[in-house]
Amino acid sequence: MSQDTILTIENLIVKRARVQVLEIDRLDIARGRSLALIGPNGAGKSTLLLALAGLLPISGGSMTFESNPINSRAAFAKLRQNAAVVFQEPLLLNGSVYNNIAIGLKFRHLSRAEIKANVEEALNQFGIEFLAGRSARMLSGGEAKRVSLARAFAIKPKMIFLDEAFNSLDPPSREAIIDDLLAILDKTKITAVLALHDREETLRLAQDVVVLCGGGVVQYGTTASVFQKPADEFIAEFVGTEAILEGVVQSSENGLMIVSVNSHVIEAVGNYPSGAKVFCCLRPEHITVSNAAAGKTSARNVFDGKVQKIIRQAYFYKLILDCGFPLSAYITLPSFDELGVSEGMTLSASFKATAVHVIKREAS
Amino acid sequence: MEIFVQGIIKAFELLLSFDAEVLGITWLSLKISGTATFMSLFIGVSIGCAVALNDFIGKRVVISIINTGMGLPPVVVGLFVTMMIWRSGPFGFLEILYTPYAMIIAQSIIATPIVMGISLAAIQNLPPNLRLQILSLGASRLQMVWVLVKESRLPLLAAVMAGFGGVISEVGASIMVGGNIKGYSRVLTTATVMETGKGNFDIAIALSIILLLLAFLINFMLTQIQQRQRPR
Repeated sequence: MSQDTILTIENLIVKRARVQVLEIDRLDIARGRSLALIGPNGAGKSTLLLALAGLLPISGGSMTFESNPINSRAAFAKLRQNAAVVFQEPLLLNGSVYNNIAIGLKFRHLSRAEIKANVEEALNQFGIEFLAGRSARMLSGGEAKRVSLARAFAIKPKMIFLDEAFNSLDPPSREAIIDDLLAILDKTKITAVLALHDREETLRLAQDVVVLCGGGVVQYGTTASVFQKPADEFIAEFVGTEAILEGVVQSSENGLMIVSVNSHVIEAVGNYPSGAKVFCCLRPEHITVSNAAAGKTSARNVFDGKVQKIIRQAYFYKLILDCGFPLSAYITLPSFDELGVSEGMTLSASFKATAVHVIKREAS
Repeated sequence: MEIFVQGIIKAFELLLSFDAEVLGITWLSLKISGTATFMSLFIGVSIGCAVALNDFIGKRVVISIINTGMGLPPVVVGLFVTMMIWRSGPFGFLEILYTPYAMIIAQSIIATPIVMGISLAAIQNLPPNLRLQILSLGASRLQMVWVLVKESRLPLLAAVMAGFGGVISEVGASIMVGGNIKGYSRVLTTATVMETGKGNFDIAIALSIILLLLAFLINFMLTQIQQRQRPR
């Protein structure tokens, strides 16, 4: 990555209870951007996040914060002074909301006036001025989460770490808090590292993504690149590519491949040689459905598919189609009504060759 | 039955007349047990926190030893302390056998594992990430421990109550190391044992009522603090 780097790790090894749980060759975290750590349970997301925040001892390798090596107790303490962590649980202390938000500032021995100014700014940022005098034990889940975020931002950290911070919230609260967080991150340009397991949250919050598996990095790139071009089948499944179809390249010419999938033919962009075993990955948002015979279209792939299942989502429907191979498609509520979609009916599904992300399968 | 009635009547006469000897014994009991509780609080909370917050080989063995210590028989402590401060013992040069100091030491040894065990459990029962959360807000290690202790104040107050209750009511160690010397090392429990032995049930009952009242008052005060600060 070419951006200004705030934190770098090299050959990082972290052990917990004498068992190695993390081994990462190199990771550069760009200043002012948001990085999501994603991966299955036990992949090492939280461990990496805590190690990056200077909260876990590292067993090997090196860390550099703003070009300064983190190699002593004092250096770790300095890293922690510049970082703030928000955990899944709000972890508020006994006392008022004001005192909770002020605690990090008190640790820094700021004057009473400075503490007051910073706390009021943080309360204002998260729209919780009215909670200042309330006991931290009297808050709803959403309010407590806002207080824990305000507490982290009040110390004006250079980096903020969020460890699955939105998990325990109901959807409306989560949406509202994410909106506020996005606005604050955009305004303050604080570098954020977020351990996430929700695909939508990752897409909304992160500009860069690290995919972890088994304590190692399996893919690192911008969110768009990771989601659109997952490096392997595991990542494709994890980042939510709904259709992962096994196929064999029949021919490849001028960057366009003909791939045989379940005796159907899919055209896709790529240049794997004939005979190569591949996965064709298709995201549901790239599929267009219609109930009329397809006319002229730039889409290279058009298939008739029977609607097997209709799943209502918040603002759209998800259709599961059987085109001889399974395919998922998203369709808006008005389109759903206009097409008169029902289970069992046949629709025409089309997608461009450029929408197919082709991953070469392992030799086995 | 008459023995009880007469004993209770005489006991109240003694209490209401503010008998100097009884008051002296009461005050000494409070001083010795209060000091021992304070010392055990300092040592018990410190070691309890250290054990709870650090991972080391043999931690479970140490915790088992602490938990066993919570039921330490006072007479065993009395025997051990007596031997240590006996004239020919390793600390005989201190010449504190049959003094209130020896009683404070013995009572501290009895109360410390109680406070330590409860503190340890209290710190371990805090949310696992709270320690990291406090550190991540820029706290030094000392500041972190202080915040954790404050967060555990409800069970720690229970530890104080249990520790004080344990030492104000124990008799074995106090007699063995204090000697029950009139006006010097005689406390409520040792005096009660002695008066009972002599058949002076009225005085023994009076002393017992004071002992119960003291234990109740101290625990009542601590409970008030505890309940006022209970998270709702």
